[in-house]
Amino acid sequence: MTHELLIGLSTGILLLPLLGFVILIFFSKRIPRQGDWLETSLLFAALAGSFTVLWMKLAFFHDETIQATFTWLSFGNVPGLGPMQLDLGIMVDNLAAIMLVVVTLVSSLVHLFSIGYMHDDVRYGRYFSYLGIFTFSMLGIVLTNNFWMMYVSWELVGLSSYLLIGHWFEKKSASDAAKKAFIVNRVGDVGMFTGILILFANFHTFGFEAIFGAIRAGNIPFGSEAWLTAAGILVFCGAVGKSAQFPLHVWLPDAMEGPTPVSALIHAATMVAAGVYLVARTFAMMTADALLVIAYIGAITAFIAATIAIAQNDIKKVLAYSTVSQLGYMVMGLGVGAYTAGFFHLVTHAMFKAGLFLGSGSVIHAMHHALHHTDDHHTDPQDIWEMGGLKSKMPVTFWTFIVFTLAISGVPFTSGFLSKDEILSGTLAFGRLTGHWIIPVVGFFVAGLTAFYMFRLVIVAFLGQPRDAHRLEAIHESPAVMTIPLVVFAVFSFFAFYSLNPFGAAEGWFYHAIERPASVVPGSVAAASAEKFEEALGQVHGTGMLLSLSMATIGIALAFATYYWKKIDADAVARALKPVHMFLRGKWYFDELYEATAVRGTIALARAYAWFDNAVIDGVVNGVARWTLGITRGTKETWEEGNVGAMVYLVVAAVVSLYAGWTSGSSFFPAGGGVGKMIEYGAAGTAVAALTMFLFYVGAGGFDNKIVDGLVNLVAYVAGLFGLVSRKLQTGRVQTYLAFALIGVMVLFLYFK
Amino acid sequence: MEFLGVGPLTWVTFLPILGMIVILVIPRENVGGIKWTAAGVTFLQLVLALVLFVRFNPSLAGINTQEGMQYVEKARWIDVQGISWFGRIRIEYFLGVDGLSMPMVILTALISFVAVFSSWNIGKALKGYMAMLLLLDTGMMGVFVALDFFLFYVFWELMLLPMYFLIGIWGGPRREYAAIKFFLYTLLGSVLMLLAMIALYFSVTIPDGTTGEKIHTFSMLAMMNPANFEPGSLLAGAGTHLRSLAYLALFIGFAIKVPIFPFHTWLPDAHVEAPTAISVILAGVLLKMGTYGLLRISYPIFPELAQKYSFALGILAFINIVYGALCAMAQKDFKKLIAYSSVSHMGIVLLGMAALNTQGMLGAVFQMFNHGTITAMLFLIVGVIYDRAHTRDLDAFGGLALTMPKYTGLMTVAFFAALGLPGLSGFISEAFSFLGAFQVDQLRIITIASTLGIILTAAYMLWTLQRVFLGNPNDKWSALPDVNGREIFTLAPLAVIALGLGIYPSLMLNVMTSSLNHLVDIVSRGGSMMAMLP
Repeated sequence: MTHELLIGLSTGILLLPLLGFVILIFFSKRIPRQGDWLETSLLFAALAGSFTVLWMKLAFFHDETIQATFTWLSFGNVPGLGPMQLDLGIMVDNLAAIMLVVVTLVSSLVHLFSIGYMHDDVRYGRYFSYLGIFTFSMLGIVLTNNFWMMYVSWELVGLSSYLLIGHWFEKKSASDAAKKAFIVNRVGDVGMFTGILILFANFHTFGFEAIFGAIRAGNIPFGSEAWLTAAGILVFCGAVGKSAQFPLHVWLPDAMEGPTPVSALIHAATMVAAGVYLVARTFAMMTADALLVIAYIGAITAFIAATIAIAQNDIKKVLAYSTVSQLGYMVMGLGVGAYTAGFFHLVTHAMFKAGLFLGSGSVIHAMHHALHHTDDHHTDPQDIWEMGGLKSKMPVTFWTFIVFTLAISGVPFTSGFLSKDEILSGTLAFGRLTGHWIIPVVGFFVAGLTAFYMFRLVIVAFLGQPRDAHRLEAIHESPAVMTIPLVVFAVFSFFAFYSLNPFGAAEGWFYHAIERPASVVPGSVAAASAEKFEEALGQVHGTGMLLSLSMATIGIALAFATYYWKKIDADAVARALKPVHMFLRGKWYFDELYEATAVRGTIALARAYAWFDNAVIDGVVNGVARWTLGITRGTKETWEEGNVGAMVYLVVAAVVSLYAGWTSGSSFFPAGGGVGKMIEYGAAGTAVAALTMFLFYVGAGGFDNKIVDGLVNLVAYVAGLFGLVSRKLQTGRVQTYLAFALIGVMVLFLYFK
Repeated sequence: MEFLGVGPLTWVTFLPILGMIVILVIPRENVGGIKWTAAGVTFLQLVLALVLFVRFNPSLAGINTQEGMQYVEKARWIDVQGISWFGRIRIEYFLGVDGLSMPMVILTALISFVAVFSSWNIGKALKGYMAMLLLLDTGMMGVFVALDFFLFYVFWELMLLPMYFLIGIWGGPRREYAAIKFFLYTLLGSVLMLLAMIALYFSVTIPDGTTGEKIHTFSMLAMMNPANFEPGSLLAGAGTHLRSLAYLALFIGFAIKVPIFPFHTWLPDAHVEAPTAISVILAGVLLKMGTYGLLRISYPIFPELAQKYSFALGILAFINIVYGALCAMAQKDFKKLIAYSSVSHMGIVLLGMAALNTQGMLGAVFQMFNHGTITAMLFLIVGVIYDRAHTRDLDAFGGLALTMPKYTGLMTVAFFAALGLPGLSGFISEAFSFLGAFQVDQLRIITIASTLGIILTAAYMLWTLQRVFLGNPNDKWSALPDVNGREIFTLAPLAVIALGLGIYPSLMLNVMTSSLNHLVDIVSRGGSMMAMLP
């Protein structure tokens, strides 16, 4: 077991999906089955490699961080700083090794599922190649040891997300959603980029280790703790975009326009978790203030999204808002200092949420076929109220869906219970340490909401009365290629994979592998230390578990009371709380708000600028030309020689006045002395000349009143030059120009001698 | 590397003129002969430029020393003696390249080659067109290899004439207006440049090699050495009033070419009216001459002023980036949109230049190269669609991705390169420009504000992409054929370059680092010279 082997293996895992992308993008049409088997088997190879890496890492190098770097480019011998270069590289620590398995596991299963789900798609090969570049970029985020590659992979993930959301680009809604996802993410990315700018400007490196080392040594950005906090928050902006945190969460629900397996892979399990991963990676450099911001953003996101999820009827929209809400949980967990719990929730959530999405994909697939079968082209196959009673027809999908729902609701013996419980206890400990009690309050409330909306979904779609018995008859369970991934995810949603104790993760291998990194920021701005946090956590853990269990129970009970036993009339409640219901149904009107401000504002500004550019700036340019033409024509009427005569006059007059000013100095102007004043004389002399001509022209009567205003003298000179050339364009213009240029040179020689 | 007793830079510069002469003797009916002569000549030029690139020694810095310049050719060109009232005039034929000009030489040769192939279907007066195109090629190449200011000026003006005719004769409906506007605007800049050049000439003297007599010179390298300025002459000293005036005159001359706001309005008109290949050259090479002039002439000759006005340049960079992007967003004409995107992207060059440090300068010069290749692609793409549909109205299209998949693939690469996607070359130069500028205290806020351009660019690029390529196919265009072999031949190399330099930018950056570090050093020394003044 050597470091080289581990690094080599990780590099191989990184490059396999890229290889698939390159082959499929060019040759998919010439490969049997458009190459789905190729891309899928590459991914399973990567999965096998990832398990090996994780096992090696935990078994042989448990507490080491293994890195390999190379010099990507050299800045040479930078003046004032000496030789400088950019080193890039990959890093395998426990965080990366676990994430590697999560990404390749979800990705390979989604590949498998897609073979069934996408089998008659128009761009089948293209779809698999895009999955390949996505997986490559995502692994890039996981394995990088520096901000540069992080940012590069970050944006490439955005690209693959764009391509996959827009896979069915014929649909306007799909191409809109793709565009929106990319642009909203870019807003976050620009923040992250600015954060990276701060770090590079101070440390001249992108390496995590080098930057954290410098901060630990007391070398903080621009010598100010405020900048350090700013750098942390700005880097976190990237996570706000990618992990769909408030206020940039609006793109994720729309991203459901993409194929459902894509939603499972990218918009539930991996890419959106990249933000959480980023915060975990940069946790050490976050100040207490930055972490507080992170915690609040997470809490607000969790709350807003959960309230919206209650009022949605589209199965994927419910899951999408649920994802946003759970991502808020993870971010909140990291923000309060429950580092391991936050990352743990990322891992468990990846499994059960990927499962939920694939389950919904299975349902939509079945609905689609059933609707097709019954010749119904109007019903929305994603509306949960159009389903009902699917349990009997799709047993595998149903039972796995139940497992996932229990996990996300935080019911004991599931993985979700373990991770959610730890986050919620962490928020309690945070409240105890800092007095920000609102965060645990929100956290527990959202736990109840989550249980409620998830069971609402399950009851309405799977248990309730079928909307249309005829349609239900046509529903069939999905093929094995689609149900196997569901079963695998369901298995991974049990506690036993993470900790042998179903009521506490702290003793499991996961908590041993992932330890909260020591903060590198100066003590005065650091958050409470891991020890203090553990101490507070110990005091509240029991309460936390009790509360979280009660909230889940209340949520589930309410869902059954409302939608199964019908003890509570949901419609009556909705009517009673009409404004609230509308508000939630309307997703808090974020889209409308952004549309009215940012989008329309930008377009209005763009139109205004384009008008300004055309009318004012170009108007001045054209005005000068038109005016000149007027002047030269007007003068021509009086002067037989035409505009050349006018110009000769102008030049002669200019030179004469200039000479007079220069030689006699004090006779025209106060004696200034020195060559510096000569330019002033020259300008004045030219002005006199132009003015003379201007007056002459006015006298000639060809003057257009509308054009008269300031800048007369200066513009007339420049304009005169224009006029000369423009009038001579057709006949011998070039010679005239050259002759004039020659005269100009002579004059200037004379002048500057 | 001499051939027939003439050095490689002369060959690379004047090969197109040779080609032009050949074309002029080919009968006008022999269309194939004319085209292939032009293609052959530009191909030879490209090969030669690549040979120069491969044999280039990246450790030599150049900029202000003749020893640091490579492939130098120096000969007396004009030497007039004893005109009583202005003494002796000496103008040299002085060519050489360093890390600043080498990328531009490659770019010029590459874009000219591509331009010939994208002119394949010119129907009207092909002979004249190709002759003009080759003359233009020589003018552009000359600007990038000249080290004598007068020679530089001659090439600068030489390029103007063919450009005028190429737009004015082969352009769109408003071609005459656009051509005249382009010509006059640039001419205005030239006049100012001429003024500054002559002032410099009379301020700088160097001892004659044989007699030791002090003579005036147009050599840029001599002008870069403060010791060569005659005490008491017009531009002697540092940071004087007159030096500022000369600097500003040069600046406006170059700014018009870049173009820097508010001198940019010739650009959209010229682009919209010019035929595709000329737009490609205009955006690909001509705009770079402005920023190249600033870096080659203004910065090292007036280092203290480059420092003094760097904040102002930063402001202009910001305006170019954001204003250009917003104007682009509002356009309905595909070509005009790309034209405004050039204004925005050249702003990034300016931002990097304003930084006056290694990352910024590398970013700026690399962005010059990348913008050259990427925008060339964008204009070629517009040309492809215009050739087929005879309209450039963005709202007239839709769903082309279905009918023209290969075209869409190439276009996607170009669009994402233009919006600075990592993995493609535009990102590296953009990121370096920002990295450089952010390190400078006074530019920090401007840099942060300029990042707005990154978002806006993504927005208008993707919006355009959506309007033209995505959505339901418009039946009107369902019969449009996909890109043909010739078009792929023009687009694919540029795409490969964008990708290659995005992954391994050192290929190009290695050539540039020594020179640009040296330039940074010159400017910072010049700045400290200014600080020492009372």
